[in-house]
Amino acid sequence: MEACNCIEPQWPADELLMKYQYISDFFIALAYFSIPLELIYFVKKSAVFPYRWVLVQFGAFIVLCGATHLINLWTFNTHSRTVAIVMTAAKVLTAVVSCATALMLVHIIPDLLSVKTRELFLKNKAAELDREMGLIRTQEETGRHVRMLTHEIRSTLDRHTILKTTLVELGRTLALEECALWMPTRTGLELQLSYTLRHQKPVGFTVPIQLPVINQVFSTNRAAKISPNCPVARLRPLAGKYMPGEVVAVRVPLLHLSNFQINDWPELSTKRYALMVLMLPSDSARQWHVHELELVEVVADQVAVALSHAAILEESMRARDLLMEQNVALDLARREAETAIRARNDFLAVMNHEMRTPMHAIIALSSLLQETELTPEQRLMVETILKSSNLLATLINDVLDLSRLEDGSLQLDVRTFNLHATFREVLNLVKPIASVKQLFISINLAPDLPEYAVGDEKRLMQIMLNVVGNAVKFSKEGSISITAFVAKPESLRDPRAPEFFPVPCDNHFYMRVQVKDFGSGINPQDIPKVFTKFAQSQSLVSRNSGGSGLGLAICKRFVNLMEGNIWIESEGLGKGCTAIFIVKLGITERLNESKLPFVPKVTRNHGQTSFPGLKVLIMDDNGVSRMVNKGLLVHLGCDVTAVSSADECLRVVSQEHKVVFVDVSLPGNGAEDSYRVAVRIHERFTKRHGRPLVVAITGNTDRVSTENCMRVGMDGVVLKPVSVDKMRRVLLELSEHGVYCEAH
Amino acid sequence: MDVVSQLQRQFVDFTTSLYHEGFLDDQFTQLQKLQDESNPEFVAEVVSFFFEDSENLLNNLANALQQQIVDYNQVDAHVHQFKGSSSSIGAQRVKNVCVAFRNFCEVKNRDGCIRCLQQLKHEYSLVKSKLETLFRLEQQILAAGGTIPSMA
Repeated sequence: MEACNCIEPQWPADELLMKYQYISDFFIALAYFSIPLELIYFVKKSAVFPYRWVLVQFGAFIVLCGATHLINLWTFNTHSRTVAIVMTAAKVLTAVVSCATALMLVHIIPDLLSVKTRELFLKNKAAELDREMGLIRTQEETGRHVRMLTHEIRSTLDRHTILKTTLVELGRTLALEECALWMPTRTGLELQLSYTLRHQKPVGFTVPIQLPVINQVFSTNRAAKISPNCPVARLRPLAGKYMPGEVVAVRVPLLHLSNFQINDWPELSTKRYALMVLMLPSDSARQWHVHELELVEVVADQVAVALSHAAILEESMRARDLLMEQNVALDLARREAETAIRARNDFLAVMNHEMRTPMHAIIALSSLLQETELTPEQRLMVETILKSSNLLATLINDVLDLSRLEDGSLQLDVRTFNLHATFREVLNLVKPIASVKQLFISINLAPDLPEYAVGDEKRLMQIMLNVVGNAVKFSKEGSISITAFVAKPESLRDPRAPEFFPVPCDNHFYMRVQVKDFGSGINPQDIPKVFTKFAQSQSLVSRNSGGSGLGLAICKRFVNLMEGNIWIESEGLGKGCTAIFIVKLGITERLNESKLPFVPKVTRNHGQTSFPGLKVLIMDDNGVSRMVNKGLLVHLGCDVTAVSSADECLRVVSQEHKVVFVDVSLPGNGAEDSYRVAVRIHERFTKRHGRPLVVAITGNTDRVSTENCMRVGMDGVVLKPVSVDKMRRVLLELSEHGVYCEAH
Repeated sequence: MDVVSQLQRQFVDFTTSLYHEGFLDDQFTQLQKLQDESNPEFVAEVVSFFFEDSENLLNNLANALQQQIVDYNQVDAHVHQFKGSSSSIGAQRVKNVCVAFRNFCEVKNRDGCIRCLQQLKHEYSLVKSKLETLFRLEQQILAAGGTIPSMA
């Protein structure tokens, strides 16, 4: 062994150990000092560390441990007492601190450990919250979907759109594979596939309604899970082996209009339902969540409401269209009717003239023919022609009158007239026929019936003639009585005509006329028909009755125009009948109205009537008669000029003469002179106001001479014998009306 | 006064009998009504005129009927006149004879006409004397200071 000569004296083996110790201590100290530094560094980095105190303690412990080891470095060599003290101190401190730390750690470490568990716990919680957040978000989205769906559904009132939208939106919202709607058929026994989301619906795909699964779904208003294999869910043919997704079905109530009673909410048990089937995508392993089911139920309800609204709207639109159509049709009808009426009126107006002209020609010429020399056969023929044409003329007039009456275009010709004279005239006209049939006519005018009245004389006479004529026509024997009186207001109300309300007023009175006959009577059941147009009771029609059946109808209308009422009473066939009518006439005010040339001093009791200064001309070829009549007129206060011939009369007559009395009792040609006087006077004095009135005095009672007088324009005919009263009346009437009509 | 009332009663009876027997009719009454203060002699005037007129007519009728060829139109005209005047007076029976006379004229029955003429003359003289009696009575009443009773 070679000893190396360059090596320094080798340390002894102890020295080596000490060296290693020395180095270890150094490194330990180093480590010990760097650990707190690291700790501090990292703690500073993390904001949250609750155990600072522990850290400080630990840091102190470590520092002191490091210090101890550091001081150990000096203890390898001999060291001074100071170093030993320091060392001891350091060791003591270290011991204290480390014991403290150890004790502390007993408390802290479980805490520290539990921090870890808390952390875990929090993490779990956070995960849970996340999950729940996800759920809520989904739900909220679902809610939004529902609102949007509802909005979509309710925004349209068209049925199909509603249903289609429902399916589309549901499919979208819930990401469905298939969505189908089954509607009940008309019979209510089957459900028919009406709408599907994706597939073309097979036509006429129906399912009986009484399936248990369907009943189950219909029995509750909740969405129910059903098997994918049931008929309603099997929409596509099963192909391949795939797991069909879960299927849910819900009922959709179909509300009808009639279900909406005000006080009575619709009963669900009697309603019809449709079935909505929703299928999740197959192979998706998705499940129906509760919130999805709720969504489906809500949608189903909304659909029901929307459908009912749509139904109501459809109904009302249909009704409105119907009404409009009807309106149009009515308008058209009205216009057509108006056109028809106008056309008819025009037609009537033309026909009126056109028909009457030839009629009059026929009548006039036939009457003229009658006056000529005819063989008896010819006379018979002419009479028949005349009768027929008169009848025809009457018919034409009746029909024209009636149509004007129907329109309401007929107006009464109201003026003052002599009521009593009208009755007498009617009597005169009816007497010939009555006497032929040996019927006795009596007329009884009440004393309180005014002599003059205001009304339509011609039509009143028409009414009376019709009524009296009917009485005569339908009586084979017996008598006919005519009574007329002023009706008291209480007696005017007739139970048969409750709508007749006569209103008595100051310047009008109601005249009631009763015509009673003892003829063939009328069956009480036929009485209402009597007043209808063109209706003639079978039992009354005879060969001679003639007429068109219009007479009483026209009468009724005239009477109604006169604000009156007409009715017939009869006990039955063969028991006669009474015709009663009431008309409203005006009371005359005679004092002021005088369109006539002279106004006499009038007092109502006819006692002291005189006509002072009335210039009168009397023509009579019979001296005695002339004298008597002159005396008569003088007695009444007139200023009389008497002449004996027509020539003298025409010579003398002037505008000052108000009345010219002409005696026409002359036989043969004598009457011609009298007529000549009338004609000449008419020619000479054309103005009505200035012309003397020409009145014939005659002993002839036959109608021909009366008609002749009227034809030549005489203003009146007076029959002999002429009493004082009669002459007074004649003058009175002439002064009032300018005409005098004789009646027996 | 007794005389007056007696005369008046006589007057009334006489007048009533005249009416009853048909000599006079209502027309005469009318005539009497026309007599008043302004016309006190009316009836007398008319009646006397009637007498004049009638006598003329009767003469004319007699003449006409005595002709070889009778002009019946003329006769009829006269009779018509007579009828008119007699009816104006109220001489009823005279008037009735005139009516019959006219019928004969129409059928141109000469004998009938002549007979009627006789009858006419007879009636006329009757009524004339009656009327004259009536007037005498009236005068007597008036002379006695009474008033003539009215027959209305």
